[in-house]
Amino acid sequence: MAIAIVIILLVIGSVIFHLMSPWYFTEIASNWGIIDDTVSITFWVTGIVFIIANLFMAYAIIKYRHRKGHKAKYEPENKKLETWLTVVTTIGVVAMLAPGLLAWGKFVDVPEDAHIVEVVGQQWQWSFRYPGEDGQLGTVDARNISIDNPFGMNPDDPLGQDDIVIDTNEFRLPIDQPVKLLVRSKDVLHNFTVPQFRVKMDLVPGMVPYLWLTPTRTGTFDILCEELCGIAHHAMRGKVIVEEEKDFNAWLAAQPTYSQLRAQNYKGDAVAGQALYQTCSACHGVNGEGNQATNSPKLTGQEDWYLKRQLHYFKTGVRGTAENDVFGKQMAPMVAVLPNEKAISDVIAYITSLPDNPAPHTVDGDIDSGEGIYLTCEKCHGKNGEGNWSLRAPRVAGMSDWYMVTQLKNFRHGARGAHPDDSTGYQMTSMVLSLTEKKVNDVVAYMNTFE
Amino acid sequence: MAHVALADKGQELSHPHSWITQYVWSQDHKVIGIQYMVVATLVGLLALVMSGMMRLQLGFPGTFTLIEPNEYYQFVTMHGMIMVVFMLTAFFLGGFGNILIPLMCGARDMVFPYMNMLSFWVYLLSVIILVASLFVPGGATGAGWTLYPPQAITPGTPGADWGILLMLISLAVFIVAFTMGGLNYLTTALQARTRGMTLMRLPLSVWGIVMATILGLLAFPALFVAAIMMTLDNVLGTSFFMPAVNILGEQLEHDGGSPILFQHLFWFFGHPEVYIVALPMFGIASDLISTHARKNIFGYRMMVWAIVAIGGLSFVVWAHHMYVSGMNPYFGFLFATTTLIIAVPTALKVYNWVLTLWEGDIHLNVPMLFAIGFIFTFIHGGITGLFLGNVAVDVPLSDTYFVIGHFHMVMGVSPFLVVFGGLYHWYPKLTGRMMNVTLGKIHFWLTFLGTYAIYLPMHYIGILGVPRRYYANGVTDFMPESVATINSSITIAALIVGGAQFIFIYNLIASLFKEKDAGGNPWNATTLEWQTPDTPPKHGNWDDELPVVYRWAYAYSVPGADKDFIPQNEPPSDKTGKE
Repeated sequence: MAIAIVIILLVIGSVIFHLMSPWYFTEIASNWGIIDDTVSITFWVTGIVFIIANLFMAYAIIKYRHRKGHKAKYEPENKKLETWLTVVTTIGVVAMLAPGLLAWGKFVDVPEDAHIVEVVGQQWQWSFRYPGEDGQLGTVDARNISIDNPFGMNPDDPLGQDDIVIDTNEFRLPIDQPVKLLVRSKDVLHNFTVPQFRVKMDLVPGMVPYLWLTPTRTGTFDILCEELCGIAHHAMRGKVIVEEEKDFNAWLAAQPTYSQLRAQNYKGDAVAGQALYQTCSACHGVNGEGNQATNSPKLTGQEDWYLKRQLHYFKTGVRGTAENDVFGKQMAPMVAVLPNEKAISDVIAYITSLPDNPAPHTVDGDIDSGEGIYLTCEKCHGKNGEGNWSLRAPRVAGMSDWYMVTQLKNFRHGARGAHPDDSTGYQMTSMVLSLTEKKVNDVVAYMNTFE
Repeated sequence: MAHVALADKGQELSHPHSWITQYVWSQDHKVIGIQYMVVATLVGLLALVMSGMMRLQLGFPGTFTLIEPNEYYQFVTMHGMIMVVFMLTAFFLGGFGNILIPLMCGARDMVFPYMNMLSFWVYLLSVIILVASLFVPGGATGAGWTLYPPQAITPGTPGADWGILLMLISLAVFIVAFTMGGLNYLTTALQARTRGMTLMRLPLSVWGIVMATILGLLAFPALFVAAIMMTLDNVLGTSFFMPAVNILGEQLEHDGGSPILFQHLFWFFGHPEVYIVALPMFGIASDLISTHARKNIFGYRMMVWAIVAIGGLSFVVWAHHMYVSGMNPYFGFLFATTTLIIAVPTALKVYNWVLTLWEGDIHLNVPMLFAIGFIFTFIHGGITGLFLGNVAVDVPLSDTYFVIGHFHMVMGVSPFLVVFGGLYHWYPKLTGRMMNVTLGKIHFWLTFLGTYAIYLPMHYIGILGVPRRYYANGVTDFMPESVATINSSITIAALIVGGAQFIFIYNLIASLFKEKDAGGNPWNATTLEWQTPDTPPKHGNWDDELPVVYRWAYAYSVPGADKDFIPQNEPPSDKTGKE
């Protein structure tokens, strides 16, 4: 008896939950309203079945529960009833399937006037490519990928010279124009998902699947990866900005093409950088060895692309502006001595020319426990803490250990990585959630064991 | 007629001589079944604890600092693989299949007892290999239970060194074990039925298990092949599934392989696998409902044909797991259609369970509570399948918590409720004791209500767009604060449900010593396992004469009979009329 009442309550409760739920589709931002309609139809058909079947069952339990002298009816079959139920069920199934197939028919039929954008995925970043003036994308090959050619472009393909390559996690689309997104992966499976667009597709290495949509609402939307792609799957984020056509065109025109990017490959001048470094040396030391007393980390041995990004972050307020980032706020005004892109490149050229000696060990921790924790870190920072340009992960071996302790705590407490433009910092914040103070010391102590 | 059992009279039974041959190297199908159940339960508890750790991370990120992303993805993988393959498949087929098929068919044992014994020990080996992968350098694989390459064998994934290799070997060994067991289940049901036990008199439990076995024998080879090919890609550097890729900034040697080929092979196994779990669940649930409602199962012939039809159709729907995989999108039309066709026989089964209750004499015993709970959760899990099977509807929901909610309702909660119901039902036959009713009811209510509190909200945060397999949701523009709140409450419900399972384990053990004698047939059931001369049944199951079957398995409340059940082996008399 209790079970029948509970089932009735669960049915009522589920319907109320459905109606009251604060969680339902996000406001749609594409042409795929037909998908939402099909979902609604499916909710209606299945909801009716759910209610009727369960209430009928509850009623049967109440009505035919065991009582003394009561006996069940012997009825092996009822052909008529079974046929009738088959027909009704088939009608219900067709009512859901037909609109579903119609919607899918639209999905497989890409409009001819759709413009093309390539979405590129790799472990755990997004980048994007527009075909440029000729409307055609140049050929690419995973075998061409290098630090100077992250897209794997074929340098000899004339079609690719005017391609616009966006090597950040953010791209833009004009509103009300159908777009065919070609999704390409450099390494493993990923999935391009923007919940507000409704449609999604896997990125598969070795082939280029596609999806299409027409954005119908301006705004900034999150891109998520929805195909398990390794340890930082949950941290693979991007943004798409939908804007008016003229804004979009202005933005696109300001982006460099592949051939322009190749031309401007200034490596920096160490001699010019030496003069600029004078200011830095007051805290970071004349040989860039770092100084714990002034809370200044060791610089030598660090990858140039990492130093460059951080200097950019300090200059643009992405880093050194958080309320509780005490030492970062000290660094922020100092970068004023680097007035332009050339100055940054020069000073980095000087720093990387300095002798690299391992920083002294100052952190105590349980190395065995640290080794287990480092299994998470090693996927990006390398088994020996050597860092990885492809993952934008800096070197950690031989660097200032006390500094890494501070930074790990900063990532965990939002003092670093919380700025919306700090996409790599954001990744760190979502990897260190469980790093207690003890675990931080353990893992840094383990990093000290790297040669 | 030709229904002569292989182990018919006249043949000497060779009984075990020592404790070891009776309980350890046992060839008795009942002991082997219990061995399967014990190992599956232990490894299932491991998977349960892992899910608790994951839920603590998801419900209270940063508060419970138990696991890093590395462990999270390892637990995601191990929890899924253990529950689907090493727990549910092993429990339904190795456990219930072993115990029920010979008893319900009226046979003395499986037709190949020695191979049956080997099946268990090889299964145990596969479990040991799987658990060992937790302790190798780098730990277990974190590739997700679907093990998709290239990710599964490249270094951005936990356990890419040794964990994945042990996982693939463990699966291959499991498949060997399953094949030895499966050939037994099928052959026994086809060849060793006692006199009078025609196929259309078999209890639906046997139908479900046998059909699942056929699916397993046809589907597991696809996984076996995929596991071998991926091992070769991993160890020898072949390129079955590996195209040219640049992993973590380094160019690998592979070229020309197809990641999607693996997905086709995996799901050619993976979808029938759903029914390898579901069909025994259907069969056992049917028998529990009929017995405790004291009424014949409604539409028996249709139930049998539905099992056969679902089994057949389950081989032509696999790519509905791959609508957004990048395969040719035109496949979507075909697979959406075949998938929704399966809904028809499946819905008919639900109707027939409910119609069995109608005009019954429903005894709300503990097994019946679980069976009724199962009908509710299966209806819920079944209808959400209609969302995911319908290609256009699947696209926004694919890879979100809607999927997690759906498959946990349909092939997590539902089969477990049937496993529990089945154990409460057959425990008296296996041990001679009843199980404690109060503890059983507490176990039922906590599990039934707790799991609904876990999985119902998951569907809705999935519609919102919350992705599955995330260590943390992080900051997004579309998730309100309430998502974190409901995640916390889901975790609390999950811990309660997890804890309730230990009440069940306690009940299983304590009832052996504390509860009253069950007698041979405590539920007044008709099927042959309840008519054995001894309880628990001795080695060989029957006395000198095998039982002879005179009627179908569902002679409950037959008009004119003096009891409300007529055992299958009771000779006809004038009173009972036909058969």
